[in-house]
Amino acid sequence: MGDVLVFAEYQHEHFPKTTLVAISAGLELARKRSGNCIAVVAGDGIDKLAGDAARYGVSKVIALESPSLKHYLADSYAQALAELATNLKAEAVLATASAIGKDLMPRLAARLGAPMASDIIAINDDGSVVRPMYAGNVLATVELDGPIKIITVRATAFDAAKPAATAAPVEKVAPKLDSAGLKMEFVSFNETKSDRPQLTEARIVVSGGRGLKSGENFKIVLEPLVDELGAAMGASRAAVDAGFVPNDLQVGQTGKVVAPSLYVAVGISGAIQHLAGMKDSKVIVAINKDEEAPIFSVADYGLVADLFKAVPEMAAEVKKLKHS
Amino acid sequence: MKILVPVKRVPDPATTIRVLPDGSGIATDNVKWVINPFCEIAIEEGLRIKEKQGSGEVVMVSVGGKNWQEQLRTGLAMGADRAILVLTEKPLDSLGIARVLAKIATDEKPELILMGKQAIDDDSNQVGQMLAEMLGWPQATFASKIEIAGPKCTVTREVDGGLETLAFPLPAVITSDLRLNEPRYASLPGIMKARKKELKEIAADSLGLDLTPKLRIRELKPPPKREAGRKVASVQELVALLHDEAKLI
Ligand SMILES: Cc1cc2nc3c(=O)[nH]c(=O)nc-3n(C[C@H](O)[C@H](O)[C@H](O)COP(=O)(O)OP(=O)(O)OC[C@H]3O[C@@H](n4cnc5c(N)ncnc54)[C@H](O)[C@@H]3O)c2cc1C
Ligand SMILES: Nc1ncnc2c1ncn2[C@@H]1O[C@H](COP(=O)(O)O)[C@@H](O)[C@H]1O
Repeated sequence: MGDVLVFAEYQHEHFPKTTLVAISAGLELARKRSGNCIAVVAGDGIDKLAGDAARYGVSKVIALESPSLKHYLADSYAQALAELATNLKAEAVLATASAIGKDLMPRLAARLGAPMASDIIAINDDGSVVRPMYAGNVLATVELDGPIKIITVRATAFDAAKPAATAAPVEKVAPKLDSAGLKMEFVSFNETKSDRPQLTEARIVVSGGRGLKSGENFKIVLEPLVDELGAAMGASRAAVDAGFVPNDLQVGQTGKVVAPSLYVAVGISGAIQHLAGMKDSKVIVAINKDEEAPIFSVADYGLVADLFKAVPEMAAEVKKLKHS
Repeated sequence: MKILVPVKRVPDPATTIRVLPDGSGIATDNVKWVINPFCEIAIEEGLRIKEKQGSGEVVMVSVGGKNWQEQLRTGLAMGADRAILVLTEKPLDSLGIARVLAKIATDEKPELILMGKQAIDDDSNQVGQMLAEMLGWPQATFASKIEIAGPKCTVTREVDGGLETLAFPLPAVITSDLRLNEPRYASLPGIMKARKKELKEIAADSLGLDLTPKLRIRELKPPPKREAGRKVASVQELVALLHDEAKLI
């Protein structure tokens, strides 16, 4: 059997949980196909990262190193990964269905002429995979033909890979990039600064919707509850479109998919596109003044109330509990 | 500037989708069909670029069945100049669709391809990136802002953790995110004019491409249903339950 490669995305010199999930899916696929799972770290000056990746149960880490890979760009990364996958005769290449994974993997698939399954939630014993479609209203079992398959993994669907007792060997590879094919230039990254946990890593997520009515209310009404719970903050599309909060807080079919232990939806109606991003949370709480709101159909605990009264009360109650 | 906009026909996002009992597909009775919302945003952006530049052409292309004409007519009514419908009755995978689009792009020679980041039926988020690679062009997915200055293009993208800006020469493929713009409605004069605009049909089989799908859907199932829980009477009760019963806080 061929190798299973996992593209290990990093942020700020460390691997987020979402990457460890892709590694875990790669390990599972390799086990089911009796192959090896290899983590691939790409960039410039990545010795430490490659060493870190080696601790998660993979057979080997390949450090794809080149000054041209300093910033993630779809064209250079697709070239480098395609060359590696071809040389290794890899059977599959996996990545997290993150912004980078979604951007990169289809380009890689086209370069390799390989079929691709996006956002998978399960791997069957026969190698077929399961993925949601239609905003999660449908689960499709799909088969990928050919010598190599490309897959992105939904970060909420697998457990994160655990550190192993031993570290795998690291091999450095310098990709030969065809500079004529490199036309993209990184200009800048305007990072949303926040001291809160990341949306895709947090144990508790509190999301606000149009019901909050303004960005100001997110700050003065919602944020105290978010921080009292040590939660990450999320939002509906309506709240993002209205400019209340930054884009990358959008939870849903076309935003981020989260599945925390506790999801609190505040002033969110529960459109199918929003549910697609949070309905696999363990416990869902909904606070909404409309008792007919569809969000209540997925909520474990529903509170019909005016959020402007209920949310500050809840923050105070949680605080009391912490001090008791 | 000539702008090519690939457009997909999908069920209206407000439709409740049900899987057929035998798992072979979705129930299509009572489904209203629309332009994929992200493609609508792409059409709008194409029109705005053309309007800003004062000249140019917005050409839509679809790879689908005969009835996809309806959505292309809607796009023409929004203001697109003409449309190409590549007819296929067989289901294609993303690679196949991208191959057809690449062929059309090679013939039409647009300077820019604007398309949706994701089709809201298959939720694949693949075709734009595949097309860019097949053409050897730069790509900018999830665009929330596009600036064109001469042969150079700068795009702001909605990515994890913030906004990224990329620059590259044209031609290129750009896929739209929700915040790129708010699409216009077709006006009545627009609808009248659309009737006379060119909508050319081509048979996919005539293009001489290998379109055999490598991705096959074996079965569709509805997802496990989540049951509604209970209503609580007060914040105090809610917090007590989260503490004592769910043990989460
Ligand atoms: C192509 C496409 C993609 C989409 N992708 C996404 C996505 O990824 N994520 C997403 O979230 N949406 C997405 N949507 C949008 C989705 O369909 C809904 O429009 C959106 O989720 C609604 O946001 P909301 O619940 O905040 O607003 P609304 O539906 O307006 O609901 C506001 C809620 O607040 C309640 N409320 C108001 N005031 C109070 C108060 N004082 N106290 C308590 N409750 C109050 C109201 O009862 C209401 O239920 C998408 C739509 C399309 C077409
Ligand atoms: N059959 C098709 N015909 C034309 N364009 C398509 C077709 N399928 C997908 N696209 C384009 O590719 C984008 C992304 O679709 P997908 O990769 O399927 O999520 C869509 O928004 C369209 O712009």
